[in-house]
This record gives sequence, structure tokens and C-alpha cells, in this order.
Amino acid sequence: MHLFLASATLPDTITFAIAAAICIVGSLGVVVSTHPVHSALMLVMTLFGVAVLFVEENAQFLAAVQVIVYAGAIVVLFLFVIMLLGVDRAESIAADPLRGQRLTALLLGLLVLAEVVLLGRGRWPTGAHSTAGALNQGTKPNVNVLGTSIFTTFLLPFEITSALLVIAIVGAVVLARRPRRPVGGASSPIPSAKGLTGPPEAEGDDTDRGPLQMGVEDLEDSDGLEAGRPGVPATHGQEGSKS
Amino acid sequence: MGDPLFIHGVDLAVFVIAVVKVVVAFVVLLVSVMLMIWFERKVISDMQNRIGPNRAGPFGILQTLADGIKLFFKEDLMPTNADRVVFKLAPYLALLPALLIFTIVPVGGVVTIAHHTVELQVADPAIGILFLLALSSVAVYGTMLAGWSSGSKYPLLGAVRASAQMISYEAAMGLSIVAVVLESHSLSTRTIVDLQASSVLHWNVFRTGVIPFLIFVVAVTAELQRPPFDLSEGEQELVGGFHTEYSSLRFALFFLAEFMNTITMSAIIVTLFLGGPDGPGFHFLRWLWPILWFAGKTVVFLYGYVWVRASLPRMRYDQLMDIGWKLLIPLSLAWLLIIAAIEQSRLWGVAILVACVPIYFLLQRSRQVSRRRAEMQAVETERARSRKDPRSVLFDSLLADEPAGGEH
Repeated sequence: MHLFLASATLPDTITFAIAAAICIVGSLGVVVSTHPVHSALMLVMTLFGVAVLFVEENAQFLAAVQVIVYAGAIVVLFLFVIMLLGVDRAESIAADPLRGQRLTALLLGLLVLAEVVLLGRGRWPTGAHSTAGALNQGTKPNVNVLGTSIFTTFLLPFEITSALLVIAIVGAVVLARRPRRPVGGASSPIPSAKGLTGPPEAEGDDTDRGPLQMGVEDLEDSDGLEAGRPGVPATHGQEGSKS
Repeated sequence: MGDPLFIHGVDLAVFVIAVVKVVVAFVVLLVSVMLMIWFERKVISDMQNRIGPNRAGPFGILQTLADGIKLFFKEDLMPTNADRVVFKLAPYLALLPALLIFTIVPVGGVVTIAHHTVELQVADPAIGILFLLALSSVAVYGTMLAGWSSGSKYPLLGAVRASAQMISYEAAMGLSIVAVVLESHSLSTRTIVDLQASSVLHWNVFRTGVIPFLIFVVAVTAELQRPPFDLSEGEQELVGGFHTEYSSLRFALFFLAEFMNTITMSAIIVTLFLGGPDGPGFHFLRWLWPILWFAGKTVVFLYGYVWVRASLPRMRYDQLMDIGWKLLIPLSLAWLLIIAAIEQSRLWGVAILVACVPIYFLLQRSRQVSRRRAEMQAVETERARSRKDPRSVLFDSLLADEPAGGEH
């Protein structure tokens, strides 16, 4: 917007251009990069660009909250999930998981773009620019205005929103909780586990190939050689000893 | 007040002053990190009855410089499994917040240079202390990505530990900051410092009641992963934590970030709770005197961190999480409510205090119940185990978590 206003100063314009470039590169990166972690990092970059734009528009509080909540909490959560679920592999873009997904995405994207243009052009959607008056009143920082507005005029919506969040958290805890195992000798899970794995001899073998063994195998795999299978390195070794 | 983000444009003088401030802050931080590392090693060796570094420079004061040069010329290794881009990016992500947080710390009063009123701090944004919270949440990325991108197990484990710890303690830290903000009616660090001036009793330690201060210090120690909360680099378990695979300059950057964070956070503690550059005494030294006070207070905390490191053993991970979630967060929340109520009227304060008592007992009760339940379960498992062939116990304990196991 600043580019088209006469009042925009040079630093404003430069800041806007840089931040906008960061946003665009970042959001393209989110879509284009094949690696989930890289996508998440690009998202962080976009969020930072948007935060700079907020500061540029004199909405410092919004900028800070943007970084604290989105970059600091939500994307960190994304990263946790990506890392812990082990989906941190590159995906091929060629495969289309849902038929017609790309076309729909394109159409929806255009729709959102149209909406943004409409919102940006004027007051048509709501009829007013602000519901709580000017955000910057004299020397007071706009945090004060925002706080007063949230905790007086909009107290009820604010509280309802927070109640909604609490409900969501409780719901997540309830859903994620496992049903408690019945405590007691007869119904303890150990005999059933035995039943699953077959005769005790085999089980004993498996136990010997426990986590320790797995760790060593993993380390061998991680040498980066394709010849992770038992046969192949053996032949390599023989050749080496012959020559 | 200034215009820290240059919303209303800049002229040359403002620009020059800003550049000088940034350069001075950067140099001072780097030099103080150098001194801090030397200080820590010297103090610890004193406490352990040895001499410590004494070769490079007088009293070994240049030891850090020597180490830095050594690290600079070492070979830079990159693990085969590493994610190359992220591996290179992570050290800078760790260092950047450490540098930036210092910008909001007021190190001195206000001076006038060539008709320009200059605050002795790099920037005084309107969001002030929120900037600290924003950047400390960014600091998580450095740790987390370093661990993940190394492509090996120990760093990943260390990073998960470290980031979980940082996120957990951020809540308690934020809540105790809110108590300070509530007392000062402002987010700006300059205003927070100004309101504490003129008397020791006006310092926020006393105005907020000592509890937020104590919570903040503990939370910051955990946030910094200083001992006794440095589980993320428990040498016995994790080699070196998230930076195990790093070497050369990149390792140096992590090291730098760690110590810089320690200094910055001590400065933040002084700013928020101990009046920043405020202090009684010789005002003939004019602008220098507040800076000396500020530096002195900061050094006290730095010494405290070294002292704690030398004397306390590392905590267990579940104890760490218990302290964070079950003690610090409820306590700081309750204290925040009480302070807010007292701000309204005495009566409200007493009412909230009374209301907190049954909640406290309820929490205690729930902790007791959960602990007893866990104990009972442990006894059950142990009993079941003793009935079994010892060789298959490990396998059972792996399978015992399968929810489907109970059906067959």
C-alpha cells in the first residue's frame, strides 16, 4: 500500500519492499520445497516478513504476538511433530494425493486473492475501517488501546474464545489419552503379549535382538551405502581381501 | 521518547547515532562474552582448588581469544546424514536472538549528544519486553534445528530435551514478566526502569513481592540451560547434546550464543527487577555512574550462575518438568492474580488470596493421588516381572504399551 501513497518515506518504502519480498519468497518456498522441515522453516520466514509489515503499519503488538504465537509456538509444534513422527523425508511433487487437488487449490487461491483485493480497496465489506476507533491515540502506544478494547467492549467474545481454546485442549487430552490398562495379575498385559509373539524360545531370541542390536544395525545402515543388506558388504569384503 | 523504529523518517544525525549504538553494543557484548568465559573458568577452578587458565595474557585473560582462534582454524566437519542447509543455518539462528535481546536493555540513563537526546540502549520499541519473549521463542529454533539437522541420535535427543525444556519454562517466565508489566503499566523497558528509580524500595523485586523475581531467575536458568538445568547436554547420556556434531567455527557460534545469552538474561533480570542502572551514590560521575551500577548488578548474577554451576548437581528430567509445570506455573499464575487484585483494592486481594488456598490444596491432592497411582502401577509391573523369565522382561516392557495387547 505504501508504494502508492505520497506520504510514504524512503525508509518505509525500502522496508516494505524487503519485507514483501521475504513474504513472497517464503510463501513460495512453503509450497515448492519437497522437504517438510524446509517448508516449515519457509513458513517461519513468511511469518517474520508479515511481522515486519505489521510494525510498518504501526501495529507493534500484533507483530510481537505474530512472532510469539505463530513462529514461537505453532511452527515449533509442527517441527516437533515432523521430527518425532519421522515424516522428515522429501516427498515427490509429481504424485497428486487427491484427484483434482491442484485445480481446486488454484481456484480457491484466486478466490482468496480476489477477496484480499476487495478488502484492500475500500470499506465495502464492513462499512468501516475500525470498530474501536483509531488505534493510535496521542502518545499512548497502541497496546493500551487494544487492551482496553478487548477487556471492555469485546470482553464477552474474548472470554468465549478463550473458553473455546480450553475446551479444545481438554478435548485433545481426552482423545489422546489411552484407556487405562486394568491393573491386576490376571488381566495384566504380559500373558497376552506372550500370546502374540508365539513360543517362548522365539521370544527369547527376539529379546536378545533388542534395542541394542537395533541400534548397531541402524548405525550400519546410516553409513550412507546402498549396500545395507547382509550379503552385499560381505562380497565387498572378500574382494578387498583378494586384491 | 524516541522513535526507535524510525516510523517518522530519519535524518543523518539519528542514523549515525543508531549505527554507533549498534556497533558499541555489539563490541561490548563480544568482549564481555570473552571475559565471561574466562571469569567462569577462573571462578570454577578457584572453587575446585585449581589454578585454571593462566597462560594466555595476564591471569589467562586472553584464553578465550586463543580458544576462538584455535576453533576458527579447525576443520569444519559435516556429517554425511546432515541436512546441509539447515545444519549451516542453525548456529546463526542460535546466535541472533542472543544478540538482539540485548538491544532492549537500558544500560544507562539518558545523555545529550549534539542536541540529540540519546537513551543509552540500542532500541526502545513500544512492545518492549514482548520483544524478549518473541526472540526467546525464536531461540528454540537454533537448538532444535541443530539437533535435527545433524542426522544423528544424540543431538536429536538433546535437541528434543532442550526445546521441550525451553518451551515449558517460557510460560513461567512470561507470567512473571506480566507481574512486572502490571506494576509498571508499560511494556517499554525504559519506562519499567524509570519507574524503579530513586529508591531501592521502588525496585520491582519488592513492588511485585519477591516471588516473581525468584520464579523468573529459576525460569531463566532453565531457559539458558545452565546448570542445574543443563540436561540437554548431559555428557553421560547425550555426549554433548544438540551440538555434538558441530565443530570449528559453527561450534564456536553455539558456544558464543550460550554465554551471550547468559549475559543478556542477567541484564534482563537486572532491568526488570533490580532497577536497571538505578542506584544510590556519586552523581559527579554523571552518565558513567548508572552504567557502573548496571554492570555491577549484572556481574552479581553472572557470578551466581557460575557459583550454581560449581555447586549443584544436574537435575533429573522428570524433576525438571515437575518444577516447571507443577510448581512454577501455578505459583506465578496465582501470584499474578493476587497482584492484579491488590491493584484494584485490598479487599479483592484478600479475597483472591483466600480463593487460592483451596485451589492449592486441590492441586496438592491431585498430585498425591497421581503419585500414589504411579507407585501402585510400578509395584504391579514389578510383581508381574518377577514371575517371568528374566530374559523376556525387556521384550514385555516394550510390548506392554501396545493398546491392542489387552484384547487377545
